[in-house]
Amino acid sequence: MAKHQTPMLDELTKGPWPSFVDDVKAEAARRAENKDGIEFQIPADVCEDLLGVLELSYKDKETHWKHGGIVGVFGYGGGVIGRYSDVPKQYPGIAHFHTVRVAQPGGKFYTTEHLRALMDIWDLRGSGLTNMHGSTGDIVFLGTFTEQLEEIFYDITHKLNNDLGGSGSNLRTPADCMGMSRCEYACYDTMALCYALTQEYQDELHRPAFPYKFKFKFDGCPNGCVAALARSDLSFVGTWKGPIRIDQKAVAGYVGGELKPNAGAHASRDWGKFDIQKEVIDLCPTKCMSYDGKTLSIDDKECYRCMHCINTMPAALRVGEEKGVAILAGAKAPILDGAQMSSLLVPFMKVEEPFDEVKELVENIWEWWMEEGKNRERLGETLKRLGFQKILEVTGVQADARHVQHPRENPYIFWKEDEVGGWKRDIQEYRKRHAR
Amino acid sequence: MATVEFQGKSFEVDEDGFLQKFEDWSPDWVEYVKEQEGIKELTDEHKKVIEFLQDYYRKNGIAPMVRILSKVTGYKLKHIYELFPSGPGKGACKMAGLPKPTGCV
Repeated sequence: MAKHQTPMLDELTKGPWPSFVDDVKAEAARRAENKDGIEFQIPADVCEDLLGVLELSYKDKETHWKHGGIVGVFGYGGGVIGRYSDVPKQYPGIAHFHTVRVAQPGGKFYTTEHLRALMDIWDLRGSGLTNMHGSTGDIVFLGTFTEQLEEIFYDITHKLNNDLGGSGSNLRTPADCMGMSRCEYACYDTMALCYALTQEYQDELHRPAFPYKFKFKFDGCPNGCVAALARSDLSFVGTWKGPIRIDQKAVAGYVGGELKPNAGAHASRDWGKFDIQKEVIDLCPTKCMSYDGKTLSIDDKECYRCMHCINTMPAALRVGEEKGVAILAGAKAPILDGAQMSSLLVPFMKVEEPFDEVKELVENIWEWWMEEGKNRERLGETLKRLGFQKILEVTGVQADARHVQHPRENPYIFWKEDEVGGWKRDIQEYRKRHAR
Repeated sequence: MATVEFQGKSFEVDEDGFLQKFEDWSPDWVEYVKEQEGIKELTDEHKKVIEFLQDYYRKNGIAPMVRILSKVTGYKLKHIYELFPSGPGKGACKMAGLPKPTGCV
């Protein structure tokens, strides 16, 4: 018998999609039965109280969590999101309901052994509920009491060699696409670079020292499977120089129908026979491709590397051999001054261990933004306020045409004093030639 | 909200143990909080950080950015964590009686 009546939530157990209500109920039942005889360190009925308060929120149409919450573990300034109920008497199991961010592995590859070990800790010391994963990438342990935070931290570091993720005005947990682990488009080892920078900047991740949050994300190619361009202050996107590698025989395979376009991604509907002219050549954004019935040609120097032709004919076209990364800066959500995607900063950089060139760029940006950034101002906003020119100066990147989509159309152009021969003028000298 | 009694004084605090009113702060508060913030002995360095936070708060109505705290006290962030293991926000601001840090923390 459930502790609370949840008629509205029960509606969400219907339908084909995996129901979170069913799952939370199953966990509630499992904790009630407690077959393994676990000495639960927080109330055993936490899941029931969570469903109860959620039902209440459905009824009231407002949240029942109090504002904010500052909890954590010694040594770190972030990693735990504190949360308290505003109806703790009715739902004591969730009086505290803190969230613990746990650092996830690159590409989110796991062994069942590691996941089971994590869940053993969380069963004992938490609610048994998780989010796999938070949008930034972390494993999210959803709901525990303050007294358990140091215990959980001790267990995951000592038993599992795992650390917490980031929160607060610091470097947040970096995340990557699966990269070279299982994708032929990957232009650099996203997992290696993500891991290396995560380790290099542990201090910046655990102890907030920035004007505001800062995120890294690593995409192996412009397809953007981890959405670096939209969701990281510094976005690393794989790209290449030189020609796309063409296998003409495989091109003929696509034209002949033996190979399915887009690896069969549109097979659920009849789009007719593959038409290379219509589906590839004519859709190329720079119109740099041609097909004469036998040979596919690409004028590579006009290619944007948008991925469309490669995505459509993956067995015939491959990214170039000279691979690297493009680095873009400034993406953020709307608050305060409007949403931004990242802007191109470094068109091409080689990515080689120990990634010194990347680190130098990161540190130059931080040094500048930590000094100039206002309280709670994202990098993208600092760029808007102080100008893109400034980030070029502090990173030593030469301005070039690729830094803009379009040149400015207003004439409010600043010059440096030494570029023009000085600003000091004597009005009297001028008056000698131009009387009032 | 809860009330804490310590050495004959009482303090109103929230769930996270932050003072509800800055005006309620007294040196006894620091003595009371230090243990839960992992501090054994209060040194002049602790006091310097606390005093600066209070001065800044009185003048500006907000807590200083970490960068400003470091600059004025001369303590690098690493040293601030050595002084206050839970950091400048949860540790030092709480002891100084400043309001609880807010935002996406």
